[in-house]
Amino acid sequence: MTTDSLDAITSHPLYAELVSKRKRFGWILTFLMMVIYYGFVLVIAYKKEWLAIPLYHGSITTVGIPVGLAVIISAFLLTGIYVYRANGEFDDLTQRIRENLQ
Amino acid sequence: MKRLSPWAILLALLVPFAIASADALTGSVTKQPLNMTAVIMFVIFVAMTLGITYWASLRTRTASDFYTAGGGITGFQNGLAIAGDYMSAASFLGISGLVFLSGYDGLIYSIGWLVGWPVIMFLIAEQIRNLGKFTFADVASYRFSQVPIRSMAAVSSLVVVAFYLIAQMVGAGKLIQLLFGLEYWMAVVIVGALMMIYVIFGGMTATTWVQIIKAGLLLCGATFMAFMALAHFGFSPEEMFRQATTHNVKGLAIMGPGTLIKDPINAISLGLALMFGTAGLPHILMRFFTVPNAKEARKSVFFATGFIGYFYILTFIIGFAAITLLAQHPEFFKEGALVDGMVKDPKGLIGGTNMVAIKLAQAVGGDMFLGFISAVAFATILAVVSGLTLAGASAISHDLYASAIARGRVNETTELRVGKIATFVLGLVAIGLGIAFEKQNVAFMVGLAFAIAASANFPVLVASIFWRGMTTWGAFIGGFAGLITAVTLTIMTKAVWGDTLGHLGADGKSVGLITLDNPAIISIPVAFIGIWLFSMLDRSERANSERAAFAAQRVRCETGIGAEGAAGH
Repeated sequence: MTTDSLDAITSHPLYAELVSKRKRFGWILTFLMMVIYYGFVLVIAYKKEWLAIPLYHGSITTVGIPVGLAVIISAFLLTGIYVYRANGEFDDLTQRIRENLQ
Repeated sequence: MKRLSPWAILLALLVPFAIASADALTGSVTKQPLNMTAVIMFVIFVAMTLGITYWASLRTRTASDFYTAGGGITGFQNGLAIAGDYMSAASFLGISGLVFLSGYDGLIYSIGWLVGWPVIMFLIAEQIRNLGKFTFADVASYRFSQVPIRSMAAVSSLVVVAFYLIAQMVGAGKLIQLLFGLEYWMAVVIVGALMMIYVIFGGMTATTWVQIIKAGLLLCGATFMAFMALAHFGFSPEEMFRQATTHNVKGLAIMGPGTLIKDPINAISLGLALMFGTAGLPHILMRFFTVPNAKEARKSVFFATGFIGYFYILTFIIGFAAITLLAQHPEFFKEGALVDGMVKDPKGLIGGTNMVAIKLAQAVGGDMFLGFISAVAFATILAVVSGLTLAGASAISHDLYASAIARGRVNETTELRVGKIATFVLGLVAIGLGIAFEKQNVAFMVGLAFAIAASANFPVLVASIFWRGMTTWGAFIGGFAGLITAVTLTIMTKAVWGDTLGHLGADGKSVGLITLDNPAIISIPVAFIGIWLFSMLDRSERANSERAAFAAQRVRCETGIGAEGAAGH
């Protein structure tokens, strides 16, 4: 890539928009996943009895079962949310930057 | 036609299993010295995959074909293949065994394996696709001096691959030993030999299709097994849990967190290793180069996360249901392990707790289904070792040989030949290590591979993508510091120092030199601090030009402009 075309891209307003939006979005979702997972791990480390509480009166199923499943499902949903926006909005922005450069 | 035929064969393979399952639960279970169904199904799988390998060999002419299937895999296919790479025999047999042994702890362990995927997606998937060509070292060394970074990346990749391979080979040996009555070493040799054939002749195309077929078979098989197991409890998880607590000696304790996580430090260390290790596994990262662009790379992570999450839920059901259902089969247990329908000693299961899923297949589906699941588990090992070996061979041929030794002055034919020779040598090494590590717990070995991937590959990869200030020296020293710390601390853990090397404490039990089970909480920071410190100290001319090159790298990362040529079409 030549210095000219590099400058043309980096000085493009849509490029700045793309980079800042995606960065923000990626880190927010990363943060969410970290909070969910390490929150789960810390509960196990410090308050593991919370997860062993019966789900309802007299049940063998504990609170930990739905909580564990929710962590698995949240991982899937978060990736889905990211792909939806990245393959739509972010790729459209990238496409517009490319077209503007030509 | 190109994409249809493997699926057609897959369907053909599922038909007999669907028919046989009709009277699955009524048939009595008899122990046979040789399960002909398993042998036939495995032979069918091998014949099919060898056919695919032949087909793939006709298309494997260039280095790009060998390493990345020419970049022609779709997001969905790659997602299934990634899931296939991840749903190893160690996770299928190991996690269901862990659930059988300690209940809820198995779920905790499996969740750790999953949460790395969203992080890969949000932070590095598209960057890797946009910057790299064949290996993750392409990304890590993008703006740096090639020889040191690629050497470092290749060495750490090979260590990760070696640990991972050990786990797979051990699983293969035990499984086939149990099933076919073959000697352990013979089973390991068969796996090694078949894997060499797939990779040497069919490259990434064959490896990917073997992986896709196996993932499909494994998901179908595990779904069927979980369904049949739940049917036993009237599809009530509550009933399944209730009966499990009456058949496991630990009782209600299996319904909550147990002893897997002893203290916060070990908990977080394991979590870090699993989460960031995924983002540093060479055979997984390599999969991002088999798709044509970043859009497909993202889709592959989405599909992979879905398949893997679903699979872990299935292994949890399988492990829990097995507690009750296996307790009805005294012939599955050693003397004294099962008393009055109560599993007193879960480790007294014949073949070890890694055989839980296999035994359950026999209990709910009879010999036909046992044969199917055994063949699938064997296929799983074959597929995963193929992917691992291909990643290891690429590190040798693309990073060590072509870039570091020949300094880029090498033609494609030679590089391809080196890749195939490396595959052959790695195959022999895998066989040797598989025999040497016969007595280890397979799921635990994979955890160690993750710690090393998280401590060496991941920090260098992330810093090269996001930190302008990193220099060659910083990456080289930081990466090696992480690798050496992880390996050293791993040797000092109880599992290696005590259980493997035989060091015993005063009470006659095996001991470790440290209380950590997983080194990640120390070795990941060591790598990042090393990268930061030695990059900051680096005032050379080269360091300045590397920092200056960040702007161009960043644009390619963000937009993919300039990346299209990378696929080498």
